[in-house]
Amino acid sequence: MSWAGPTELGRGRRIDPRRLLALVAVLLVGMSVVRVVTGANDLTSSGTFGAALRLAVPILLAGLGGLYAERTGVVNIGLEGMMILGTWFGAWGGVEFGPWWGVVLGVAGGALGALIHAVASVTFGVNQIVSGVAINIIAAGVARFLSVIAFTGHGGGATQSPQVSAALPRFTMPFLAGGGLLGWDTPDLFGWLERRHWFLVGDLAGLLGGITRNLSVLTVLTILLVPATFVFLWRTRLGLRMRSAGENPWAAESLGVRVERVKYLGVVISGALAGLAGAFLVFEAAGIYREGQTGGRGFIGLAAMIFGNWRPTGVAAAASLFGYADALNLRSNAAIHALLLFIGAALLVLGAWYLWRRRFAGAAIALGVGVLMLVWYAVTDTVAREFIFITPYVATLLVLTVASQRLRPPAADGVPYRRGQQTS
Amino acid sequence: MSRDTVAVELAGITKTFPGVVANDDIHLRVRSGEIHAIVGENGAGKSTLMKILYGMLRPDRGTIAIDGREVHFRSPKDAIAAGIGMVHQHFMLADNLTVLENVVLGSEPAHAGMLAFEEARRRIRELSETYGLPLDPDRRVEDLTVGERQRVEIIKVLFRGARTLILDEPTAVLVPQEVEELFRNLRDLAARGVTILFISHKLDEVLEIADTITVIRAGRTVATVKPEEVDVHRLAELMVGSELPTPETREVTVTEHVALAVRGLGVRVEERWALQDVSFEIRRGEIVGIAGVEGNGQRELVEALIGLRRPDAGTIELEGEDVTAWSTRRRREAGIGYIPEDRHVWGLLLPSPLWENAMLGHQTQPPFARGAFVDRDGARVRTVEIIRDYHVMTPGPDTPALALSGGNQQKLIVGREMAASPRVLIAAQPTRGIDVGAQAAVWEQIRAARAAGLALLLISADLEELIGLSDTLHVILRGRFVARLDPSTATPEELGSYMTGAREAASA
Amino acid sequence: MSRWRIRLLWLLVPFSAIALAFLVSSIALLAIGASPPAAFRSMLQYGVRPTSLVSMVNRAVPLYVAGLAVAIGFKMNLFNIGVEGQYRIGALLSAAVGAAVALPPVLHIALIMLVAIVVGAAWAGIAGVLKVKRGVHEVVATIMLNFIATGLGAYLLANYLRKPRVGSELLIATRPIPASGQLPPLLVTGGEDLRSFVLIAAVLGVLVYVLVWRTRFGYDLRASGVNPTAAQASGVDPNRMIVTTMLLSGAIAGLIGMSDLFGYFHAYTLDFPTGLGFDGIAVALVGLNHPAGIAVAAMLFGWVDRAAQILDLEGVPKEVIVITKGVIILSVVVAYEVVRRLVQVAEVKAAAEETRRLEREKEAVAA
Repeated sequence: MSWAGPTELGRGRRIDPRRLLALVAVLLVGMSVVRVVTGANDLTSSGTFGAALRLAVPILLAGLGGLYAERTGVVNIGLEGMMILGTWFGAWGGVEFGPWWGVVLGVAGGALGALIHAVASVTFGVNQIVSGVAINIIAAGVARFLSVIAFTGHGGGATQSPQVSAALPRFTMPFLAGGGLLGWDTPDLFGWLERRHWFLVGDLAGLLGGITRNLSVLTVLTILLVPATFVFLWRTRLGLRMRSAGENPWAAESLGVRVERVKYLGVVISGALAGLAGAFLVFEAAGIYREGQTGGRGFIGLAAMIFGNWRPTGVAAAASLFGYADALNLRSNAAIHALLLFIGAALLVLGAWYLWRRRFAGAAIALGVGVLMLVWYAVTDTVAREFIFITPYVATLLVLTVASQRLRPPAADGVPYRRGQQTS
Repeated sequence: MSRDTVAVELAGITKTFPGVVANDDIHLRVRSGEIHAIVGENGAGKSTLMKILYGMLRPDRGTIAIDGREVHFRSPKDAIAAGIGMVHQHFMLADNLTVLENVVLGSEPAHAGMLAFEEARRRIRELSETYGLPLDPDRRVEDLTVGERQRVEIIKVLFRGARTLILDEPTAVLVPQEVEELFRNLRDLAARGVTILFISHKLDEVLEIADTITVIRAGRTVATVKPEEVDVHRLAELMVGSELPTPETREVTVTEHVALAVRGLGVRVEERWALQDVSFEIRRGEIVGIAGVEGNGQRELVEALIGLRRPDAGTIELEGEDVTAWSTRRRREAGIGYIPEDRHVWGLLLPSPLWENAMLGHQTQPPFARGAFVDRDGARVRTVEIIRDYHVMTPGPDTPALALSGGNQQKLIVGREMAASPRVLIAAQPTRGIDVGAQAAVWEQIRAARAAGLALLLISADLEELIGLSDTLHVILRGRFVARLDPSTATPEELGSYMTGAREAASA
Repeated sequence: MSRWRIRLLWLLVPFSAIALAFLVSSIALLAIGASPPAAFRSMLQYGVRPTSLVSMVNRAVPLYVAGLAVAIGFKMNLFNIGVEGQYRIGALLSAAVGAAVALPPVLHIALIMLVAIVVGAAWAGIAGVLKVKRGVHEVVATIMLNFIATGLGAYLLANYLRKPRVGSELLIATRPIPASGQLPPLLVTGGEDLRSFVLIAAVLGVLVYVLVWRTRFGYDLRASGVNPTAAQASGVDPNRMIVTTMLLSGAIAGLIGMSDLFGYFHAYTLDFPTGLGFDGIAVALVGLNHPAGIAVAAMLFGWVDRAAQILDLEGVPKEVIVITKGVIILSVVVAYEVVRRLVQVAEVKAAAEETRRLEREKEAVAA
C-alpha cells in the first residue's frame, strides 16, 4: 500500500525558502487587496489569525503524529480514535484533577490506543489500515461507555463531560501585542496598526498580532515540536534508526537495528501526539469533552502530513493552511464570502499561467472553476452554513488530488515487516 | 598480514536443502590480500556458499577458519565481528537516506544520542581516500549511479572493520568504465591486505582481476587455477562440464507458418534503452531460445510481449495480426501463454486452492468459465488432469498452492499453460527449481507440444535446457540481440563468450 | 492433520473472540460494580423473547447490507470507509425522488432503490477515480467524502427537499413517500413489526455471493485482492478493477438505509439512523468478508444491541456493550492473522505428508 497509488512517484521538490517567502508575500498582498475592496476585515484580522493558529494546532499535532508513525513504516489511520481518547481522558483528568493532569492523561490515553494498534499491526501482522479503523471504532465506543460511567449524574452525560474548571495559562507578547510585563500593561503596537486598516501594513499587523496574542502553553509547545521533531528524527541516532525502518527495514535489520522496537516507538509517539491534540481541543477550544468534537481532524492531520511531504515544516505549513480555512468558518460569513472572490481571482491567474505553459487541460479546469467561484461570489451575499462546514474536507480532498503526484513517502511505508523475511 | 597466511579456509562444506544438494564437500583456501574469484553457473552453489561464509546459513558439515582459527557463525553479526563484510548483489540501501546515513546506520558515532556528523564524515572521507572510493557523504543514495552505490556498500563494510570482502556478482549492473574503476579499487584494497572473494560468471572479467580462480559446478569444487594457466574457453568448459548436451536427433517440426513476429522492439526504462531494436520470429513447431545473463533485457522483453509494458518502439504480430496495442487479457485470450520467471509474484495465488490457480490466465474461457460464470466442475476436472499429466505431487485440487513445494508449483504452472493449447508460449526459466526427473518430463511435454505446432519462446539460464530444446538460439546482451546460433553446432564456450560480451558477432 | 481438522482451526477465530469479549465485558461490569452473571442472564432472558428476535433481525438487516458493501471492497484490498456518507446521501435523494413520483407499487419501490444505488455508486466512484487518476488513497478520500455528504445532504434537505412546514412542527424531513413506495411489514407483532426488506437483503446476500465467488468478474476481483501482479499478468486491468469495485461497493452501500426507509420512516428525516456505515465495517471484519459470516456477525451485533437495552432497567449502563463489540472486533482481526499463520503451517505439513504417502503407494504399485 502506498499513499501515492498506482502513479509514478515524482521526485520531491526541495522547497526553496526564498520562493516560499515570495509566495506568502504575494498571497498577503492579494488578500489585502481583497480585504480593502470587500471591506471584510476579518479576512486578515488578528482575531482570524489567532483563531487560525488555535485551530491549526490539533491538525498539526495529528500530522506530526502521523509523521512519526509513517517515518517508521507504519500507517496510522487510527489517529482520529487516539485523539478521541485524548479528548476524553483530557476532560476527565481536567475535571477530576486539574488542567495539567488533564493534559498528561490525554496524552496517555492517546498513547494507549496507539499501543494497541502497534501490537495488532507490528507484532501480529494485522493489516495496518484494518487495525487503524478498528481503533477508531473502538475508541468512539469506549469514550461513550466511560462517559456514561464517569459523567452522568456529575454534571455531564453520555455525550459530554462537565465543564472543565480551570484553564491553562496563556501568554501574550509584551510591547508588540500588549502583554503584561512584570505586572505592568504594555502598549499594543500590532493592535494599533491593525485598527488603522491601512493597506498591507494593517494586514501584516493582523497576522503578527494574531500569532503573538493570547497564546496557550500548548500552542507554544506544539510550535516547538516542529523543530524538535526535525532534530530528533534527522539529527539523533535513534531518529536515524527510526527512519531507516521506514525506508528499508531489511537493510536496517541486517545492520543490527531493532526494527520492531523502533516501530513501536514511532506508533506510540504518534498516539501520544494525537492524545495531546485531543487534550488541546478540550482545554483550549471547548472547555468540555463533547462527543464528535474531533470532527475528522485526525484524518485532516494525515492529509496535512501527506501535503507536507512527510517533513515537519511541510506539515506545519499545511496545518496552518487548514487552520486558516477553519478560522474563517467560525469568524465571519462575510470573510468566507470574500474568500470566494480571492480564490476565484487566484484560479483565473493560475489558469492564465497554465495557458501560457500550454497545459490546456489544467487551464480549462482552473479557468472553469475560477469563473464559477466568481459567479458564486457575485450572485450570493452569504455562503450557506452547510458549505462552510464542509470547507476543510473539500480543501483536504483538493489538496490530496493536486499534491499526490509529486510526493515522497518513506519507501517502506505501510509495508508489512516480519523479522527475517524480505517481502519486497 | 603477508600473502602467505591463509585468511579464509573452507573445508568440507556441505549443505543440502530438501531435494537438492547445494554444496557438496567444498574446499576453498584464500590467502590474505588475495583476490580470489569463484565462478560457476547459475545454480552451481556459489550463493549458498557465500551465505554460509557470511553467517546467514549454517553448513550441515564442514569447517570455516578465519586467519587460522576455526569459527562458527550463528548470524551475520558474528561474521561481521570476524571481519567479514558482504557486498550483496542486490544492494541493501535506503534510497531516501544519504550516503553517510546508510554507512553509519547501526554503528553510528554519537554523543549523548546526537549523531556525530563531523566524526562520521571524517571517517568516511578517510576510508574514501585511503581506498580510492570517492564518495560525497551528504548525497542521497538515490541520486547515485550504480557504481557509486556499490562503493557505498563497500565503504559500509570497511567502516565496520572488514578485512575480508565478499562481492556477489559485483559487475552485473556496471557499465565498462565502472567495472574498470571497481577493479582499480579492488587491487588497491588487496594491496593493503584486504582479502577479496569475487563471485561471478563473467569469465573475461574474472581472468582480468583475479589472482586465483576456483570453479564450482553442481555444488562441488571442480578446479582451482591461476589465470595464467587458463583462458576463457577452458574456464567455460570447466564451468559447464566438458560433456555437451547433444540435442537429440529429432524430426524437424518447424513449419513455415510464422506464429509470432517481433520487429524493432524497443523498451525504455528511465534514461536508457533496456531493450533496443529486437527483431525475431517464432514459427509454428519452433522453439526459439534466448540466452543471456540475467538483467540484460529479458524481463522487459517478456513484459512487452505479455502486455504488461507498452513498448516504446517496434511491433508485435501474432499470427499476422498486430497486437502491439492489445491488452494483456486480449493477448491471453488470443492464445499467448506465459510461464513467469518469478512464480510467486506473477503466477500464483498462494492462499487459493489449486483449481483456482489452474484458472489463472485462462479464467475467461472454457473449461474454467461458462458464460459469465466460473465452471467449478470443469476447473476441477482440468486441474486433476494437470496434476496427473504433469506429476504434481499434491493431495488434491483443493490444496492451497502455498502448501506445495516450489517444484510442484512450477509443474502446475507449466501444466496449466500447456493444457490451454496456446498458440505461442512464453516460458521464462520454466524448469527452475524442479528436480531432474520432473525436468525431463517437462521437456518431453514441451517437445510434444512443439511437434503439435506450438511456437515457444524459451528464456533460460540453463544452457543445457537451451541447447537441448531450442531450434534457434539468440543471445541477448545489454538489450540487443548480439548473436544467432544453431544449437546443434554451438559450443558452450561460444555461447558463454557471446553472453559475456567477450566475443562480438559480425551479425546477429 | 487432515483437511477437515485444518478447517476446524478457523473456528478458533470466533470462539476466541467471543471468549475474550465475555472476559473483558465481565471485567468492565465488575469495574462499575455490576454483576456479570446477573447482567448476562437478564440480557439472555430479554434477548430470546419473540419481540426481541424481531428487533434483532430489524437491526441486523441494515448492518448486513453495510457489511456486504464494505466486504466487497475488502476483498479487493480497497478500504471503502465512505459507506456512511454513501448510504445517507443515497437515502436522502431516493426518499426525495420517491416522494415526488407516483408509480405502481413494485415499480415505485424499484425506482427508489435504483436512485439509492446510483447515488451511492457515484459517491463512491469519486474516490475510485481519484485513486486511479491522481493516486489519492481511498481511505482519506472516502472519509472526507463522508463529511462532505453530511454537509451537502443537510444543505439539500434544508433548502430544496424539505416538506412544507405544518404548524409548529420542528422536524425537518423530505416529503413522505406515498403508500405505493412503502413496504408492508412481513410479520406484525405486538411490538416491533418485522420489516420486509429482510427478504431483499437476503437476496442481495445471495447475489453478492454468486457475483464474488461464482462469476468470472468475481474471480478477477478476488485474484486482484490476493495478488495484484499475478492478476494483472492474467489479464485484469488494475485501474478498471479499482473503479468498478468502488462503484459496486457504493451501489450496495446506497441500499443500507432502505430497510428503515421502506419499513418505518417513509421519508428522510434528521433522525434517520446514523453510524450504520461504521458498524458495517465492524460487521464485515467480524464476518471475515463472507456473506454467510457477515450474516452471523450482523445478527450477533443486532442481538447484542437489543439485549443490552434491558441493562438500563437494571441500572447497568447499556454502553458496556460497545466494549463488548470493540473487543470482538479487535480479537477477530488479531485471531484471524494468528490462525492464518497456523493454518499455513498446517497446510504445508499436511500436503507434505500426503505427498509422501502417494509416492510410497506409487512405488509399491511399481514394485
